[in-house]
Amino acid sequence: MKKVRIVLWSAVVVAAAVSATLWMTERNQGPVAARVDPEAESFTADFELTDHTGMVQTDEDFRGRWMLVFFGFANCPDVCPMGLATIAQVMDELGTQGSAVQPLFITVDPERDTPSALANYVPQFGQGILGLSGPPDQIERTAETFKIYYQKIEEASAPDGYTMGHTSSFLLFDPEGEFVRIYEYDEEPGLIVTDLRERIGA
Amino acid sequence: MFKTFANAIQSLSVALLMGLPMASSAQQLSDNAWIVVESPWARASLGMSRPGGAYLTVRNEGNDPISLIGLRAKISDMASIHETRTNSDGVSSMAPADDIMIPPGGMIALEPGGYHAMLMQLQSPLVEGETFPLTLLFSDGTELEITVPVLGIGARGPEG
Ligand SMILES: [Cu+2]
Repeated sequence: MKKVRIVLWSAVVVAAAVSATLWMTERNQGPVAARVDPEAESFTADFELTDHTGMVQTDEDFRGRWMLVFFGFANCPDVCPMGLATIAQVMDELGTQGSAVQPLFITVDPERDTPSALANYVPQFGQGILGLSGPPDQIERTAETFKIYYQKIEEASAPDGYTMGHTSSFLLFDPEGEFVRIYEYDEEPGLIVTDLRERIGA
Repeated sequence: MFKTFANAIQSLSVALLMGLPMASSAQQLSDNAWIVVESPWARASLGMSRPGGAYLTVRNEGNDPISLIGLRAKISDMASIHETRTNSDGVSSMAPADDIMIPPGGMIALEPGGYHAMLMQLQSPLVEGETFPLTLLFSDGTELEITVPVLGIGARGPEG
């Protein structure tokens, strides 16, 4: 029992050291891309990626519909399933109006999240959500145009030795592909639905 | 090993309780306990290759501060408490959490976007409708085994 306790405590110390290092590393890497500001920013969605069925998709393919875009990675056990669950619930509540909205999940971890890996992941949350992946340079360009931030964080204990930090807000684009606003990934789905309904109906 | 006799009694009662099956997913200890765990839940996993996440709340009904220092679970070869932080730019990342102190009468929540039980190296998938045992480790040596129900992959909280 005593031995177990000591081992546990050393694990705690190591974990504390690791987490301290991580937060410091994150801070030392300088300012991240500025948070998307619905008031100040104006930009058009621009991407060419492969969806989870293997089809190439570009932003033009979704003109005429609202795009609700969420960046994440499948190995993420907290923020990403929560965000996808929020989107799924929003789509459920939108009902028939949901046909005016295309939810997109764009991976920030293309090494692991190949289109076929996303095929086993994204649709589990809701059939309407499309997973998008692509070669790392395409993901990088997409992140730049979307003004979002992501970063690989080395963590020895994590699967494959790394986890990802990433912008967790949803980005909403109008039927012309113009950026409209963000929603937080853990927002009450009903509030997003109310806002979307007003916009879709307008 | 035990600082006080009361401590010993308390630990003993927990040890006794640990051997009992626990049906309720709400309050998982009898009324003589000073640590109350409520609303545990986990999200169903897709297979075993990716980490699972579980959540719960812990209330300290004792007279002394107590810290949640770690986790153990048969279902995961590497279970630990993680903390998700979202900075002012809306960037989220997670890292192993420090010990979480719960003041007397206080409560801490493991919930999406905050702390979570990070279940790495799953030994079996987390299947919706099933339950699994999870042991919470506290700074006073208390080890508390609770039963965690597995909800759907799209669950956002203990009610689904
Ligand atoms: Cu985690």
